[in-house]
Amino acid sequence: MSGAPRERLSPLIAIAAGVGLAFLVLPLVALAIRAPWGTLPQLLTSGPVLQALGLSLLTALLSTALCLVFGIPLALLLSQSARWRLLPRRLLRAAITVPLVLPPVVGGIALLLLLGRRGLVGQFFADAGLGIPYTTGAVVIAQTFVAMPFLVFAVEGALGAADRRTEGAAATLGADRWQVFRYVTVPLVAPGVAAGAVLCFTRALGEFGATITFAGSLPGVTRTLPIASYLALQTDPEAAIALALLLLVVSVAVLVGLRDRWLPGVRA
Amino acid sequence: MNAQLSVDASVTRGAFTVTAAFDALPGRPVALVGPNGAGKSTLVAAIAGLLPLTSGLIRVGELVVSAGAASVPPELRRVGVVFQDFLLFPHLTVRDNVAFALRVRGAGRAVARAEAQPWLERFELDHLAGRHPAELSGGQAQRVALARALASDPEVLVLDEPMAALDVEVRDDVRADLARHLRDFGRPTVLVTHDAADVAAIADDVVVLQNGRITQHGTITALSDHPATPYVARLFGG
Repeated sequence: MSGAPRERLSPLIAIAAGVGLAFLVLPLVALAIRAPWGTLPQLLTSGPVLQALGLSLLTALLSTALCLVFGIPLALLLSQSARWRLLPRRLLRAAITVPLVLPPVVGGIALLLLLGRRGLVGQFFADAGLGIPYTTGAVVIAQTFVAMPFLVFAVEGALGAADRRTEGAAATLGADRWQVFRYVTVPLVAPGVAAGAVLCFTRALGEFGATITFAGSLPGVTRTLPIASYLALQTDPEAAIALALLLLVVSVAVLVGLRDRWLPGVRA
Repeated sequence: MNAQLSVDASVTRGAFTVTAAFDALPGRPVALVGPNGAGKSTLVAAIAGLLPLTSGLIRVGELVVSAGAASVPPELRRVGVVFQDFLLFPHLTVRDNVAFALRVRGAGRAVARAEAQPWLERFELDHLAGRHPAELSGGQAQRVALARALASDPEVLVLDEPMAALDVEVRDDVRADLARHLRDFGRPTVLVTHDAADVAAIADDVVVLQNGRITQHGTITALSDHPATPYVARLFGG
């Protein structure tokens, strides 16, 4: 009972905090209350829903894989850039951060201008008979674009926390650069990679704006869960709610899994 | 076979330059002593190939391993290092730490582990083989670091303050063990320390490094009889 007197929040701040919390929680409560629990099994196993779910899982997995393949090297580059001069270092970090703060629709338009049928690069693909937009591949590209920063920053954080001198120790034991990367660097940052991959997957799964702009909404080809949910709201609100609930459950599951397994610091 | 380590080199790290020339003969461990900031760890990094030279040569036997900025990369020069805080691989067990050099030289996992077994036994690590570095005492971690370095079959061994991370109570025992293992090794050995007891137990020759320069070089007896600087007098005084 000793020590500094407990500070109490002023009533005004307490009220504002309560409103803020209600604002975050009540929409989800409403979603849960108004969910058509009785018909949920049928709604969630209907053909279009399963199709959208399958497409969403497939594209989110593929874009997570792409983020891993290109994001880990990018994180290594970013952590190396600490030794660069100020301007190139800032530019690199800004380039990686942009998809994080950019409205996804803008990202979608930018992707169209690069990879669309008349885009800077896309025209050559179109000439070769390969249209990129409005394909499942376009969904993966859009998701990768928005999800990449999550992976890069998670891995960069893990690299910063790891003792990089063990890489030098590995070299003195006969490990070449690739072996150092494979046997030392990757395992050291594995927890960060796993956390980044899960965040990446969740972000990809929820992607809407860039996807609908760059890939459209073709059932079975580009109509992912969030898009299907949005469209269903016009015609079949109960199905929309069911889909939203499904996305919510996946997100919460990821949050819980992350907290317990990869982010021990978050545990109380 | 009887390759010696010859260092005659300058190394610059930041604004600090170390210049040193000395030899380490097989079976005659050299102690590299000096106050903090004298440049000992910089010199260790250069011998291990982790830092390029500004000028000069490092040779192992007839083979030039560093010539100015050009050098044989650390993974090919066969200089084993026991680092100051050991730098064990935290994600690997004791067994896999010791097997690491065998593994990266192309042995399969099972073969590397089998070949690591004699090293585990020799360093009394057998009962700890399944543990991770975080579960070891300082003395145990030092034995793993030494076994890991020796299992890579180095031509030269460098130990960078291997006693610094240990509790005072265990130092005498660990030091005696270390001296025995280094005698068995029988190839050129450089021991970095600033403890006269380490020097007395392990080394034959002493190189004193102060402010990036060698201030004295000789046997322990010569140094304690005729200290060239107050630092040497304090180190061996009494």
